[in-house]
Parts: sequence; C-alpha cells; structure tokens
Amino acid sequence: MASPLKCDICDKPATVHLTQILNNQAHKVDLCEDCARAKGITDSSDFSLADLLIKASLNPETPVDAGACEQCGFTQADFKKSGRFGCPSCYDAFRGLLEPMLDGMHKGVVHTGKVPTRALERKSLHDRLAKLELDLTDAVKSERFEEAARYRDEINQVRQSAGRNPPAKP
Amino acid sequence: MSISSLMATPSELTDSASAKTAIVLMTRIRLARNLAGQRFPGWAEKSRRTAVLAECRDAIAATPQMKKPHDLPIDRLSELERLILVERHLISRELSGSKGGAGAIISNDQAVSVMINEEDHLRIQVLRAGFQLKRAWNAIDDFDSALEERLDYAFSPSLGYLTACPTNLGTGMRASAMMHLPALIIANQMEKVVRAVNQLGMVVRGLFGEGSDASGSIFQISNQTTLGETEEEIIKRLGTVLNSIIEHELNARAKLLEADANKLFDKIGRAYGILQNSHVLSSSEAMNLLSLLRLGVDLKIMPDSGRALIDRLFIEAQPGHLQYLQKGEIEPAQRDILRAALLRTEFANQPKPSFTLPGPN
Ligand SMILES: [Zn+2]
Ligand SMILES: [Zn+2]
Repeated sequence: MASPLKCDICDKPATVHLTQILNNQAHKVDLCEDCARAKGITDSSDFSLADLLIKASLNPETPVDAGACEQCGFTQADFKKSGRFGCPSCYDAFRGLLEPMLDGMHKGVVHTGKVPTRALERKSLHDRLAKLELDLTDAVKSERFEEAARYRDEINQVRQSAGRNPPAKP
Repeated sequence: MSISSLMATPSELTDSASAKTAIVLMTRIRLARNLAGQRFPGWAEKSRRTAVLAECRDAIAATPQMKKPHDLPIDRLSELERLILVERHLISRELSGSKGGAGAIISNDQAVSVMINEEDHLRIQVLRAGFQLKRAWNAIDDFDSALEERLDYAFSPSLGYLTACPTNLGTGMRASAMMHLPALIIANQMEKVVRAVNQLGMVVRGLFGEGSDASGSIFQISNQTTLGETEEEIIKRLGTVLNSIIEHELNARAKLLEADANKLFDKIGRAYGILQNSHVLSSSEAMNLLSLLRLGVDLKIMPDSGRALIDRLFIEAQPGHLQYLQKGEIEPAQRDILRAALLRTEFANQPKPSFTLPGPN
C-alpha cells in the first residue's frame, strides 16, 4: 500500500480528500478526521474550501508587512494565521494583500448585488447634517447672520425629512 | 434555558414533506452581515461581542418576521441542546462551540433564523421545504431589509458587504439545496456529478458524511463564490445546476429499473425488513436504509405518507435527538440500540412495500 497522505493542517494521516476546481485550477486538500471536523467539513455548517486555499495561497516565507489596521490593530501576520480580518476597516488597510487574492477567489472583483439603501441614506443624511452644522458655526462666528439663519432652516428641514429614521450616530 | 418549546412546534424542515420535496428536500439561503465600525466577532473581546449581541437582538425583535421567536443565548444552552440545533440546521458547529456573547434567534416555524457572533456579527438564514430558491431569496431579502432599517451594515460600494473572511465578500450569500440522490450513488455516478458541478463554481458536500460516500445519499449543493454577481444571478446559476442534477438522478433511476429492477427492489425490500426488525443500528446504516425507503416512496413502492416519516427520522435518528428523546447522555453503543428501537417502533405500522411497477413486464 502507498504511504498514507498527511493532513495539510496537522501531520496526522489524512482520511478526508477534497478536490475543488476554482477558475479551472484543481486544488487538492487532504485532511485528517479531526481537522476536517474542526473545519466543519463533516457537518452542514457553511464550509468553503476557498477558506483553506487562502492559507495555501499565502506563502509563509514572504516577508510580512509590519503595518497594522489603524482601527483594530489587526496585522497581516494575524490574517495569515486565521484567514480572517479583524474589522471592516481592515479591507482598506490590507488592500494590497487582498486584491491579488480576490482575483482567483470570486467571479469578479466588484460588487454588483444588493445595496443597503436605508443604511446608506442614513449615512448620507448624517454627513449632510454634519456639514451644515459646520457651515452654521462658521457663519455665526464670522457674523454672517442671514446665512446662518438659512443654514438653521435647512438643518431643520433635513431633520424633519428624516422623520422616524433619525440619522445614526457616527 | 430550554429548547423544549422549539422541539414541540412543527417546523419547516421536519413537517413539510410532500411529493414536491422528492429530490430537493430543502432550500436554504444564508446572508453574512456585519455592523459598521465594529470588530468582527473573532477579533473582538467579550464585552464588545456582548454589546453587538444586544444591539442585534433588539433589531431582530423589532422585525415583523420575528414575532415571539426562540431567543437562545448559546452559553446558556447545554451541550446537548446545541447539538440538537446543529442537527436541525439552525446553528453551525462553529457557533455551538463559541466562547461567549453568541446567540441564536429562531422564528417560531424555524424557517428564519439568525446566528449572532458566529464568524460574522450576523448570519441570517431562511429555510424552505422543497426547491424554492426564488421564494427563499425573496423572504431573506425582505428580512435583511427590515434589519437594515435599524442596523448600519459594514458595506463598501466596490466590495459589497464586508465579511470577516474574504471568501464571503460581496453579496455575503450562500444559497444551497439539500438533495436526495440515491440512484446516482447506486449507479456510481456521484463522483462524476461532483466534478461537473465543481467546474460550474458550485460546491457539493455530503450532509451526513463525507464526499461521495455521504450516508443517506443526501448532499448539499451551494455556490462557491459571492462577489462579482448579483444575488439573482447566483441563484439562477445554482437553479440551473440543480435542475440538471435532478435530471441526472431521474435518468439514473430509470436506468436502474430498466437494467435490473429486482436488484433495486431487493435493496428496498431489505431496507424495510431491517428497519422493522433490527436491534443495533449505527447512524450511517440507519441513514442509508431510510434513504432506500425514501427512494421507494418516490417510485410508488411505498405509500406517499412515508416521506414525511422518513424526513423526520433523518433528523430524529441523529445522536443529539436520540439523547434528547432519552432525556440524557448515552454512550454511542447504547445509542445504536436505541436508534434501532426507535426505528422498529416507527416502522412497525408502516404498510409493506408493494412491488408492482408500471412499465415493461
Ligand atoms: Zn489534521
Ligand atoms: Zn481592522
């Protein structure tokens, strides 16, 4: 008998073998019972092989950028370990790392699906109010009172039109 | 905390079997969502996760879809209760093993459920019995929009919904169907089908086992990619793949009957005999026997009413459900005895198979 394959994650004999074709490239993954279970392969929870491929595509020898996400402190090394990001801002912080990876991972690299319209409306409303309030303060400071009154009216109008959906806090 | 009320209520999954659920038992769509400006659960300390849990629970409670739901904080459930929720496809193993600040909110009919602080802040799921991708999408789209009235999602115009793992980026959507494909297994064609389906960007997984040897011949087929297509496009693509798998399964059934009907009848007849008379049954053997009888129902060898029973038993013969029935933890060897007893009782009054098929004599 041929020597048994070793698990890609630990070194135990692999008993679970998967082949996945992504963008016409076959990727093979061999796992032991325990790791397969830990990865959720043997149950019905969502498992995606691409998840394992992230790790395979990140060469452990390439030097790790020392930079961290300003919002959450997550580093590239953390990503290589877990295949997960720390917070939504990580997508900006690690753009360089992400872009080549997305290419092979999905059908395209730009989102064309659903957009959270209500949340975006709230945000743009919030941004508009913030700007008007700034303008108002400026106008008051430089004693342009007629202008200030206009800004105040506009602020009230925006607030009213927001109605039952007050703008979210930043 | 107790899930007894959940166990006592009829559910979309265990009480909807009909001829419409013959090959596609159920359709499921899941959306991954996160809150703007918040660390993902895996990188957030417990206090932050707890705060996110509270915010999400409030938002969910305010939606019309979640009237009087089962609201289950994971760390207050026993291990057995978590296992049962996993077996009913309501939570994932990952959520079941989470460290704290995790929750599951499940609608009364168990058709809509939300996992909070799994890998993402929110994993929203809609289940529909049978082949109902479009209806499942409409339902989850509405629910997601209702949640968005109250929650600010992490979203980028170019990358879509931002998820902890980049493999879920974009739509954050995983649409799947649970399919019963016994003839493809018997005819040894499953591997071929898996390869073809993979090439179309879809993933096939055995539900109760691994790969092409899945016990019970039940498979889950889902989309692999989430970015670069609209939700409708993904669903349409998946629907086409599912239809072609259905066609292959039906062809395989026809061929099995044509080539050697007696061989197939023998398998089904024996399965019936074992389920009525065995005293030790492993989980995987039980799944395989139930699968054969389910095929018998589709072929009109068994009465139509059998399907609902079998689909319920697919779930109730699982280790967690067995132990729940027994009101306590039991050793695996003991479970096999109990499982056999449960199935003997359930099949004691099932009518015998009648092997008179229309077709060539
Ligand atoms: Zn391993
Ligand atoms: Zn971050």
